[in-house]
Amino acid sequence: MIEKKNKLTMVVLSGDMDKVMAAYIIANGAAAAGTEVVMFFTFWGIKAIQKGNLTGKSVFGRMLGVMNRGGLDAIGPSRLNMGGMGRWMFKLMMKKHGVTPLTELRDSAIALGVKLIPCEMSMNVMEIDCDDLIPEAQEPVGVATMLEHANESGVQFFI
Amino acid sequence: MSDTPKLSLDFKGLLCPMPVVKLAMAMKQVQVGDLIEAVATDPGVMADIPAWARTSGNEVVTLEKREKDFRFVVKRMK
Repeated sequence: MIEKKNKLTMVVLSGDMDKVMAAYIIANGAAAAGTEVVMFFTFWGIKAIQKGNLTGKSVFGRMLGVMNRGGLDAIGPSRLNMGGMGRWMFKLMMKKHGVTPLTELRDSAIALGVKLIPCEMSMNVMEIDCDDLIPEAQEPVGVATMLEHANESGVQFFI
Repeated sequence: MSDTPKLSLDFKGLLCPMPVVKLAMAMKQVQVGDLIEAVATDPGVMADIPAWARTSGNEVVTLEKREKDFRFVVKRMK
């Protein structure tokens, strides 16, 4: 039996603005309270740690890079996006109400020591290189490493 | 150790999770036993500051709702 630590492991599967926002808010709150935080980004979730440049090598890979543009400025809400209008509207409303922007949330998570780990397999499939990720992202790993973190964490989330 | 806060912070206009994030960052700048005072406008701090203190092992000295804002004092315990 592995002893649970004051640690939180989160799998971020979603690349939607609202869900990524929830993920970073939870990470910030936990790290602020002294909890060790590991965020594991897989599939669409990788967009949350991408720089935002175009990606891909093959025809399909490049198509994916265009249609599934990464980076915090490119992602839209899971509902009511309406071809980008929703993203614009939400950004405006969040600004009006003084909600901290996503980029700032990610910066403060990093400053508080939150570890951002990409999923190796998803990066291969989607043809995303380490150079396409923000420099603060850790080396890509697989499911066993994520599970090792989760196993010793008192709190786990899947977003 | 003294009763006067080492830091006085302005969290007015900040929403969740920034009050606890900024508080945690400020905690690193003071010594164990020091006090930090802050003023916020987000009503969420009434529940969140005590919750943060319980999780992080620090102490809430005072937490009060005032006419236009909320004021609290926390003590670094470790």
